[in-house]
Amino acid sequence: MHSEENWDNIISPKKSLFAIDFKEIWKYRDLLIMFVKRDFVTLYKQTILGPIWFFLQPIFTTTIYVFVFGNVAKLSTDGSPKILFYMSGIILWNYFAECFNKTATVFKDNQNIFGKVYFPRLITPLSIITSSLLKLSIQFLLFLVILAYYVLFLSYQIDINIQLLLLPLLILLMAAISLGFGLIITSLTTKYRDLVFLLQFGVQLLMYATPVIYPLSSLPDKYRWIIELNPMTSIIETFRYGILGSGSFSWNNLIYTTVFAFFIVSIGTLVFNKTERKFMDTV
Amino acid sequence: MSKNIAIKVENLSKQYRLGQVGTGTISHDINRWWHLMRGKEDPYLKIGESNDRTSKGNSEYVWALRDINFEVEKGEVLGIIGKNGAGKSTLLKLLSKVTSPTTGAIKTKGRIASLLEVGTGFHPEMTGRENIYMNGTIMGMSRQEISAKLDEIVEFAGVSRYIDTPVKRYSSGMTVRLGFSIAAHLEPEILIVDEVLAVGDAEFQKKAIGKMQDVSKGQGRTVLFVSHNMASVKSLCTRAILLENGTVTYEGKVIDVIKYYQDNLVEDNMSFKEWSGDNRPGNEFLKINNVRVEPINSGVIDVESGINLTYEFEHFKENTLLSSTVELSTIEEVVVFHAGCQITPNKDSKYGTYQVKLEIPANLLNCGKYKLKLIFGENSKYLLYQITDILFFEIENSTNKLNSLKLPGIIKPKLNFSTQLL
Repeated sequence: MHSEENWDNIISPKKSLFAIDFKEIWKYRDLLIMFVKRDFVTLYKQTILGPIWFFLQPIFTTTIYVFVFGNVAKLSTDGSPKILFYMSGIILWNYFAECFNKTATVFKDNQNIFGKVYFPRLITPLSIITSSLLKLSIQFLLFLVILAYYVLFLSYQIDINIQLLLLPLLILLMAAISLGFGLIITSLTTKYRDLVFLLQFGVQLLMYATPVIYPLSSLPDKYRWIIELNPMTSIIETFRYGILGSGSFSWNNLIYTTVFAFFIVSIGTLVFNKTERKFMDTV
Repeated sequence: MSKNIAIKVENLSKQYRLGQVGTGTISHDINRWWHLMRGKEDPYLKIGESNDRTSKGNSEYVWALRDINFEVEKGEVLGIIGKNGAGKSTLLKLLSKVTSPTTGAIKTKGRIASLLEVGTGFHPEMTGRENIYMNGTIMGMSRQEISAKLDEIVEFAGVSRYIDTPVKRYSSGMTVRLGFSIAAHLEPEILIVDEVLAVGDAEFQKKAIGKMQDVSKGQGRTVLFVSHNMASVKSLCTRAILLENGTVTYEGKVIDVIKYYQDNLVEDNMSFKEWSGDNRPGNEFLKINNVRVEPINSGVIDVESGINLTYEFEHFKENTLLSSTVELSTIEEVVVFHAGCQITPNKDSKYGTYQVKLEIPANLLNCGKYKLKLIFGENSKYLLYQITDILFFEIENSTNKLNSLKLPGIIKPKLNFSTQLL
């Protein structure tokens, strides 16, 4: 046989580091939809309250935060009603934390499927951020209902800024940052499990380095830059500025976050791509 | 171009690291990285031993496959046979892209579907219908394709009554049938099948084999079939390759390869096998320490000696009804018997080592080559562990001249004839 044959598929050890097959991922989009559907259909099976849990979780958390940070510690809320202030931070932070925690264990959680069938592995983390996005949307609706209640019955002076239109970008940035970090951690933990322990408390502690329970303005100028280094800071501040009129908005910080998100999601995807072909041997 | 090749495997090798991943591993990683950074070869690729489980190697690295080369023509059904640990599963994993090779390449034409397992991704809480979509999309079908074939899949699996019932309510047989049915309707150009046919009842196995024959003969698709079961390999495949210790040792017509394999096993004829530590066959429930066959009285195992079969295993579960079954087959895969006992009938199994002894009476089995399968179960319901081909042994013909004629038949009993002149 002289002629080089046209093979459809060549499986070989060395693949370029940058070879991410977006066409293939697109081909498997139905699988992504099925994963999202599975997450929703099975999440609240055999519970009495079912999907109501989507609402209860932020309501309980907000109540506790209002009591502990608002009434006991008396932290500033920049003049916004405490409930709206905390809840706006919580639903965004929950989205970030959930995406991060779940993508960070994606290899471990799916080793049974990954060990038996090939499909583009990136589908799984992408399905995670999509499922969480649905949850975020539901919780955002809850937030809007409560906001409406404040406006209608408590004569709350609504103060919405044009920056609220940036919300889709903010969500995209959160998804990218959590995906990027999550992919790096899940790739590193296939061989060395050490980072799993860091993750267990790391995400929780990270919340305190983000203006979720306090406004950025309450910090002394000397230390503010440290918190501003956290890419999540400008996301939460921009959201609050947009919908509550409190907090701060700075294009510089937002651009910094955008560059950071792009950088980390690129690194994460590359590392993940490199790991996915070998991880079954080490996990 | 005379041949139409669907799969071409070139110098394929796969290396694994044995033992634990721990703090020691990072020094290897750093050393490897340092070599690669300077443009040198990976230092750990040079070392490594061939994959032979019986000899204890010195190296931490082992070649599960080494320099495999073969081609499969379009429409051919190729059987891949070999002993446990010969590298069959590794080859399957490479072919299905679950893990990537260390060196070499696999070139293929057309969509590949691999069935290392049926029903991958099934979620017990979802209904049969939802799981068909779930499993189908995992294997690369689009939702439209699945919708078009949904009725066929359901009918083939014979679960139409339960299609909107959660899969957790299915019997294990129904789950397997549904899983296989989805895979059978995938219509890939190349189908890779592991021993999934070993599950399910006899009727369904027949149906499944029939379906696979249709797929290859009727639709001109290529099938790779990996199995221990020589009978199904023989009935399904046209050609076969034999893997031994990670290399292809024989390739050819299926009948020749199976004959070579079976003749070759005589060298493996051992009346005693023993393992220790993590090398023991088993799983998290139990591990087998040793298996032994010996004549009831001293001497050799022959038709008149009778056989004592003994095996010991360590059991890791307490307070269960532990049972064990011995299946004796001839080398031609004819089952001679399948007999079991309850080891702890009162659900009081202990954490510890159990010994099972079984006496096969003299003057029962004919001379020839036999092999053993051990099965362990719990509460008469659940399979804990099973292992085929754990021991091969030969029963010799009698040394007694009056009885030394080799006769046909699996058994050679001494029967009480009574004769009289009427």
